[in-house]
Amino acid sequence: MAADERLRRTMMFVPGNNPGLIKDAGIFGVDSIMFDLEDAVNMNEKDSARFLVYEALQTFDYGDAELVVRINGLDTPFYENDIKAMVKAGIDVIRLPKTENADMIHELENLVEAAEKEFGREVGSTHLMAAIESAMGVVNAYEIASASDRMIGIALSAEDYTTDMKTHRYPDGQELLYARNAILHAARAAGIAAFDTVFTDLDDMEGFERETKFIHQLGYDGKSLINPRQIATVNKVYAPTQKEILNAQNVIAAIEEAKRKGSGVIAMNGQMVDRPVVLRAERVMKLAKANNLVDAEGNYVEK
Amino acid sequence: MEIKKTAMAGTLESSDLQIMLSQGTKGIEFDLTSDVAKQFGDDIKATIKAVLDAFGIDNVLVKVVDKGALTPVIKARAITAAQRALDIADQPQWEVL
Repeated sequence: MAADERLRRTMMFVPGNNPGLIKDAGIFGVDSIMFDLEDAVNMNEKDSARFLVYEALQTFDYGDAELVVRINGLDTPFYENDIKAMVKAGIDVIRLPKTENADMIHELENLVEAAEKEFGREVGSTHLMAAIESAMGVVNAYEIASASDRMIGIALSAEDYTTDMKTHRYPDGQELLYARNAILHAARAAGIAAFDTVFTDLDDMEGFERETKFIHQLGYDGKSLINPRQIATVNKVYAPTQKEILNAQNVIAAIEEAKRKGSGVIAMNGQMVDRPVVLRAERVMKLAKANNLVDAEGNYVEK
Repeated sequence: MEIKKTAMAGTLESSDLQIMLSQGTKGIEFDLTSDVAKQFGDDIKATIKAVLDAFGIDNVLVKVVDKGALTPVIKARAITAAQRALDIADQPQWEVL
């Protein structure tokens, strides 16, 4: 898998045929920008969106954001041209909608590799992620997550999923509990990221915060967003507390100390620090930096 | 090369540009509407002409309504319109991109 410790708290959807939104997508500081060639684009405008996103990727500066494109599904006539255009454009990640099994990822991977060769891109440089939108997809989540070394994550897409399950979305999210846990476990077992579904009611910021806290507690990397207004809430939920930061700094200091002494064992307050603690400390410090809670030297900044 | 059919791309929303290509007889002829035509009219036309040249389209009427589109948007809309006018929207000419 192409896993890394990159922060993926916020993945914002940007409609692929909207020049105004595409040009501004970089200014909000999201971790990932997801250009949508699928549901956000009218059937008659699929070619327009494809070229617009292509040209935008050649020109606009999206800073450090990971650039993702949601292509049209395998069963559409747009699928292959979407792949070619986005690979040629040098997109970071291609997101496949309605993924049901590993074979769909294998087929995508073959076409991506062919496009990389055709357009002179480094083979393997285009990463993949899958949206899981059905009962079959949830049941096969692990085979999907581990289908390719290019996979960086899987995402729950709750609107189609709840329809497939003969239910709909409720405010308390109980209907998604199994899918959320199954997808998260599949992602973690495969060593890739897990993205939660969108929250579509922009007027219910309280419900949005509650849901974000919940998926943060489960262990999700982050949430898919439909509006820049939702970004700050997610970042706040994912921000480490002062106590977590100070503890992480102590762990990191203990690592430095152990390195200096040439010791393989890391000790803090007379207790051994094992690997999970170190990894958690590093993640806390990364989140602290992303939230501007520490300065350049790593010192805690009082807010 | 002549175009096969009249084709349009883009919208009249802010930051976008609408372009229509139809059969011409006297080279590439422009009809441009833009609030910034004085400052950027020549640039807009040059961007579109470069795309048409790449597709080998040399006899065409180009009607453009600009709503403050940036260069990549102008280029993308021109490419879309050209592919549609040549009836090759399903088999894009990748080398033109």
